[in-house]
Amino acid sequence: MISLEGIVKYFHKGSVNEVFALDNIDLQIDEGDFVTVIGSNGAGKSTLLNCIAGVFFPDSGKIIINQQDVTGWPEYKRAKLISRVFQDPLLGTCPSATIEQNMALASLRGKRRGLGRGVKGRDRDKFREELRHLGLGLDARLLDKVGLLSGGQRQALTMLMATMLKPDVLLLDEHIAALDPKTANQILQLTQEIIDQGKLTTLMITHNMNHAIRFGNRLIMLHQGSILLDLRGEEKANLTVRDLLAEFYKTQGEELALDSLLLG
Amino acid sequence: MTWYAALGAVEQGLVYGIMVIGVYLTFRILDFPDLTVDGSLPLGASISAVAITHGINPYLSLVIALAGGFLAGMVTAVLNTKFKILHLLASILTMIALYSINIRIMSGPNVALLGQKTVFDAVIRLGVPSHLAGLVIFALFALVVLTFIIWFLGSEIGQAILAVGDNPQMIRSLGVNTHTIIILGVGLSNGLVALSGALVAQNQGAADVGMGIGTIVAGLASVIIGETLFGCTTIARAFIAALLGSVVYRLAIALALGLEFGGFRFNPSDLNLITAVLVISALIAPNLKKRLIAR
Repeated sequence: MISLEGIVKYFHKGSVNEVFALDNIDLQIDEGDFVTVIGSNGAGKSTLLNCIAGVFFPDSGKIIINQQDVTGWPEYKRAKLISRVFQDPLLGTCPSATIEQNMALASLRGKRRGLGRGVKGRDRDKFREELRHLGLGLDARLLDKVGLLSGGQRQALTMLMATMLKPDVLLLDEHIAALDPKTANQILQLTQEIIDQGKLTTLMITHNMNHAIRFGNRLIMLHQGSILLDLRGEEKANLTVRDLLAEFYKTQGEELALDSLLLG
Repeated sequence: MTWYAALGAVEQGLVYGIMVIGVYLTFRILDFPDLTVDGSLPLGASISAVAITHGINPYLSLVIALAGGFLAGMVTAVLNTKFKILHLLASILTMIALYSINIRIMSGPNVALLGQKTVFDAVIRLGVPSHLAGLVIFALFALVVLTFIIWFLGSEIGQAILAVGDNPQMIRSLGVNTHTIIILGVGLSNGLVALSGALVAQNQGAADVGMGIGTIVAGLASVIIGETLFGCTTIARAFIAALLGSVVYRLAIALALGLEFGGFRFNPSDLNLITAVLVISALIAPNLKKRLIAR
């Protein structure tokens, strides 16, 4: 489904601020895989997702999605294959447009836009039905501006919008990190339901090791631009936070003992 | 203010209102402050005037003017999107270039349209008194442009234009090429400004290279007055407000020019000062209102 071959990415190449963000990443993700991605700050998680999404191009390497070489495709062109949900709930929706207008924009993801009406009467019932599934009461607020919604409601709407048209790849960039714990759990649950229902190929970045273990069928740990751990199936199922922390601190050259004392 | 002066002001408000609709599209919808308009207004005027003196139908000359303005806007937008020049600077560069281009088009600083056919002939032939012909034609054009822009922004492409101004990252991730949309939007805006300039030239009987000076300021003043007085809660309302704002702006100017305090009168050269004061008062009015209510 997704195949990354030798992805290398520098930032500010050739200047004093040069950062080596991705170091020759090779990664194969199969159809229907739900991969959780962890790693400390600066490990290259977001860079990896942004490379796949086409926000910037890798310095070398190849990105293949669904047998198509998309390495040279700009971001807007890759939208045909990829859906994204950002960390900032404000980034996924248009605040001054209504809920139905936002959904109509998303229903044309990667498609040609013409002079037909932006929001069509026949779509409205479909939108309302999909909103009802969220159970947030948004189905009665189709004409409300999205700027009036809370962060959690906006992120739920963004999840819905990202998956209305089934994407070949769903990218979640810490999409619950900016929410309060209760809302975060709701959105996470919704995420799981949507992914299960559509059998979506997903990459989800998270800072929460519990989530990384509990969700998905595969776990990747990045460190300094390389893949340090890649666990799936049984291996992943038997993983504990303690194991992960041990791996995590190995990379920092520290002993776990001290931290386990601190963490109780 | 005499009845005649008021009539003239409304007429001006409507014809420049077409320009204001264009300015609203860039300034508010696309969030792209565009000074190209100071050049594309006289561009439309020059194209139309030269076309008419070459025997081209005055209505057709409007279409050519619109296309010329569209191209000028596209140049600014391409400089900004493809070559990463700051929007303000890109638009100033196009505006300066248009000054020379307009003189080239007219083979001089101005072209007179005395005794030439204009778009007003048709309504005069229908029996409309000639001093009302401008009002009728301008109201008609302003309404058509207003209806078109509201319809267009409700379309799939139009919704994408709104989204580009609102949240470019989101709409890019939904597969819209934001560069194309900005080029289209700024082009359309300047097309409308050129159309406005062409109608002005046919009305005043001449195109002049200097007639575009201050277009953007008048446009912004009208936009702000419109928003303050008539609101902008929906797209339709916002554009109607922009057009009405233009009329109020021209009336306010006419009123100010007619004022007399003892021996003091305003000169037309005081227009810039009056405009600045108008914009400032429109900007601080909502704030002031809030404070007064709080008290």
